[in-house]
Amino acid sequence: MAEALNQKQNFFKGIIKENPVFVMLLGMCPALGVTSSAFNGLGMGVATLFVLLMSNIVVSLIKKQIPSKVRIPAFIIVIASFVTIVEMVLEAFIPFLYEQLGIFIPLIVVNCLILGRAEAFASKNNLWSSIVDALGMGIGFTIALTALGAVREILGNGSIFDFKFIAEDANTFILFILPPGAFIALAYLAYLFNKISTKTAN
Amino acid sequence: MSKKESTFLNMVVTLFVITIVAGLSLGFVNQITLAPKAKAKLEKKVNGLKQVLPTFTNNPVEIVQLIKSEKAKDSIEMYPAFNNNEFVGAAVIGSSEKGFSGLIKIMVGFKPNGDVHNIVVLEQKETPGLGTKIKDDKFKQQYRDKNPSTFNLKVKKDGGEVDALTGATITTRAFSEAVKMAYDQFMANKEVLTQAKIN
Repeated sequence: MAEALNQKQNFFKGIIKENPVFVMLLGMCPALGVTSSAFNGLGMGVATLFVLLMSNIVVSLIKKQIPSKVRIPAFIIVIASFVTIVEMVLEAFIPFLYEQLGIFIPLIVVNCLILGRAEAFASKNNLWSSIVDALGMGIGFTIALTALGAVREILGNGSIFDFKFIAEDANTFILFILPPGAFIALAYLAYLFNKISTKTAN
Repeated sequence: MSKKESTFLNMVVTLFVITIVAGLSLGFVNQITLAPKAKAKLEKKVNGLKQVLPTFTNNPVEIVQLIKSEKAKDSIEMYPAFNNNEFVGAAVIGSSEKGFSGLIKIMVGFKPNGDVHNIVVLEQKETPGLGTKIKDDKFKQQYRDKNPSTFNLKVKKDGGEVDALTGATITTRAFSEAVKMAYDQFMANKEVLTQAKIN
């Protein structure tokens, strides 16, 4: 099965057809929580991409050694270890981003996207397919979070990647930076995304 | 190769091995990031000190004074600054739990007479775009060169002299409270600070 799988398709499914945020609605906690700016969304996306990639690699490599009754705790230990590594590395080398993301870094452990890919894909497929799957899903997640962050930042703060394009004291839709704005922006983006992707598929 | 069976022994051994490997690799990464982490923290502190204090020649981090107070959980850190043996002020960490989303921690630099020299925000979890404006110079400007003994640190709405941020009055109140706390501690411990010089 794994050999027959078209790798290109495997890669792009994570970005479009099975986009974790807009289509599968996985990993909503960071998607709503950290996306108050495009940069935060990008940072969170990349951190998640790294954890996803490493956990998929390890899970795919050790899948035969794990008795199926304890596979979930085994996967969680693998994921939690990589998250802790990411946290320590960020704190040491990119303290700025570490502060911005705060509590959401340790929470990557419980991001259902990562355990979901380990359980649904990496534990059934070979190493190469799992790497491609993780890259596709991770990039799809990063794009979604960055897009959501960008929309919220543009509407709520009048800036993009901290570059302000309106007057310093102009009024903005502050709502979009606040939690309710996350839900509203996500709903519209998911709607647009699905509308466009089904249209092009037809 | 088939999947391992879920016998009791298999499960125990598998989990044991995985946790051992995970623990060892975490310990290893912790070892190598320990020094850079401490360095990053120190750098942030030194940068903050440079911003809030008048020109100084000593190393305030070396002679940090820790003062216990019932107002804060941890002891309050104070960094006395000297320019060629002359006391030019001190940076005091002030904090308030009353921010819109909890703790706000700031570093306030005082001149010897108690005037605020400058302020930097160390930790905050305020609303992006609203409360986070406490980091902007435009907001902090109103505290600079003011002496809290004559400048009423309360928000204008509460009868004071501080212009609250639009949509972030609670944040501004907490910020002012943190400044007040730092000021009180600075005045109460000025004697200790001026004599903190180590030669």
